[in-house]
Amino acid sequence: MKVALFIPCYIDQFYPKVGIATLQLLEKLGCEVVFPQNQTCCGQPMANSGYEHITGDCTKLFQDNFNEYDYVVSPSGSCTLHIKEHIPLKGKIYELIEFITDILKIESIEGEFKHKVGLHQSCHGQRGLHLSQMSELNAPFFSKPEQLLKNLKGLDLVTLDRKDECCGFGGTFCVAEEAVSVRMGQDRLADHLKNGTEVLTGGDTSCLMHMEGIIRREKHPLKVMHIAEILNQAIVVPSSEL
Amino acid sequence: MSKNSKQLITHNSQLLSHSKAAEIFNKDFDRTTWHDETLYFVRQKRDKAAFQINDWELLRETASQIKNNVLSNMHDYLLQFEENALKNGIKTHWAKDAQEHNEIVFGIISDYYGGNIPKDTFKGMVKSKSMLTEECHMNEFLAEKGIEVIDTDLGERIVQLAEEPPSHIVMPCIHWKKEEIGELFHKHLGTEKGNKDPQYLTEAARQHLRDKFLTRPIALTGVNFAVAETGEFVVCTNEGNADMGAHLADVHIASMGFEKIIPQKKHLGVFLRLLARSATGQPITTYSSHFKKPRDGQQMHIVIVDNGRSTQLGREDFRNSLKCIRCAACFNTCPVYRRSGGHSYHSAVAGPIGSILAPNLDMRANADLPFASTLCGSCSNVCPVKIDIHQQLYKWRQVLVQEGYTPTSKTLAMKGMSTVLSNPGIFKFSGKVGRMLMDKLPFLVNNSLNPWYKQREMPEPPEESFRDWYKKNRKNKKYI
Repeated sequence: MKVALFIPCYIDQFYPKVGIATLQLLEKLGCEVVFPQNQTCCGQPMANSGYEHITGDCTKLFQDNFNEYDYVVSPSGSCTLHIKEHIPLKGKIYELIEFITDILKIESIEGEFKHKVGLHQSCHGQRGLHLSQMSELNAPFFSKPEQLLKNLKGLDLVTLDRKDECCGFGGTFCVAEEAVSVRMGQDRLADHLKNGTEVLTGGDTSCLMHMEGIIRREKHPLKVMHIAEILNQAIVVPSSEL
Repeated sequence: MSKNSKQLITHNSQLLSHSKAAEIFNKDFDRTTWHDETLYFVRQKRDKAAFQINDWELLRETASQIKNNVLSNMHDYLLQFEENALKNGIKTHWAKDAQEHNEIVFGIISDYYGGNIPKDTFKGMVKSKSMLTEECHMNEFLAEKGIEVIDTDLGERIVQLAEEPPSHIVMPCIHWKKEEIGELFHKHLGTEKGNKDPQYLTEAARQHLRDKFLTRPIALTGVNFAVAETGEFVVCTNEGNADMGAHLADVHIASMGFEKIIPQKKHLGVFLRLLARSATGQPITTYSSHFKKPRDGQQMHIVIVDNGRSTQLGREDFRNSLKCIRCAACFNTCPVYRRSGGHSYHSAVAGPIGSILAPNLDMRANADLPFASTLCGSCSNVCPVKIDIHQQLYKWRQVLVQEGYTPTSKTLAMKGMSTVLSNPGIFKFSGKVGRMLMDKLPFLVNNSLNPWYKQREMPEPPEESFRDWYKKNRKNKKYI
């Protein structure tokens, strides 16, 4: 299956390892992956700040880059949600995990990751894209990222006190409301530390970047990995396919 | 202090933005922890109560549809309500704004005394919880006319004694600790110094308020639901103070925002099941008091208030904020509210719902509120009438920017960012230095002050960007 990769601007510039892991993972799962090189950003940073009306050029650039593909995949729930809601495409965009579970129909990835992992459910992935059931609703539980993580051999998924509270990143909120933003991040980390997380993971690098900034400042013993990095590192590829 | 500088301070404190007020709130780390945990506990109680009802989500949907019907037929239902209320012997009044509401209330009191309120014997008014009168600043208005209003809801009485506005629409003094209430009661009600026992303090308040109930001829209540079909209204309290006030007074005034209307009595079952469960996790409020007609010799008035509501009804993107039943579930679940406190919203109704209601009343004064959110969406999920709160926060941001209520510096930064992000040629600078200097990303927009760095490390710029890696490592791929 041919997919076009959308790598959000901050991942491209600051977290290339997340882009690389996403690309390698999709290849290992049998996809042909292309990266349209004139891509930049989905326009969400402006739109969420109230400047949706100046995102026209961003939208057009995005469409020019991605309109020829049936499947566009991105390792970010937040950007994916923005594109779904604001940028009409000829094909369809998927967040990485939902692409794996819903389109590739992979329920379990064969692999091993021997760590205590804490999953940060980013809000846009969860409440926006419904990657997991939301704690506010009286509805049956499911979680696409948890399902993939739990099936890895040796992985111990940590149970949090508050399983889906926002980390406080929130785009420009993280600087405009610095005090609350940081406090929300600190509280999320305290929950993970209390419950034994060794590796903090999630589907959104923006949330992870914010929490990593606090982890490094406060010197917490937590390693941060995007879920694509965990899955890519853990996956066992049958030798015939290598 | 000179009069001018005093005025300036008052003026500035009124203009304290949410972010600034929140920063001050957060200086006390432990208190912020306590505030967050207290309110999260209420959210958990709500979950427990809600999840005991198998059809909870259906109940929310039903309530939402009933309210949608109300919004589409507001005019007819209001007239139907008035007609039936008049038949029941209730006097109805229509107020276009806060000022008119306050004048009507004053007029009712004045008329009761034949236009001559006796200064020496008149004891004033008792009032049960009404956020509408907070919105209208009625207490202050009547105080200027020499009429004292005593809030009889315990939490409201506490903040009233402390000369503060409520910080929460259901739990007005949730930001106060019992030790502090003990101190306040010692000062105002003469309780023992240092006694913080809730039962002792509540009993003291009870005795203090009992005297007010018995001696005040005028009682004002809010309205939770007004039934068009029957002309009755329902007031929900846990303390019974609405009943106590209304039953003992010669004059009962009920103030309602016009969106409180529901079509039929049978719909009450839907809303009463949702309201208390969403608000506090109780199955129902202790008292759901139905008022239909005045008892012999009593006057019953209802003041129906617009105060910007018809403007909001006319805003297509925002009209369904008028579905709100004031349960405050969105407050309790909001991670920002829990860590910034109600006063940081500088509006009678705080929290996420306040942030979509307040800009309708005054865009300039409340332009900061729709930005006091991460758009996490938890508010919309707990809302018992399914208001798309977080989506309206997003839409208010667009309106506020386009109406010119954002600083020019922000607009310039956003335009700069847009230019960079829509031009691959500019965006594709290569190398570590380029990334270090990359100052147009959202988390670095205010790079002159760099609030990111205050309590967080910056991301470490890698040796190469993803696109550089891709070019090197996937050479066989079509270069697009």
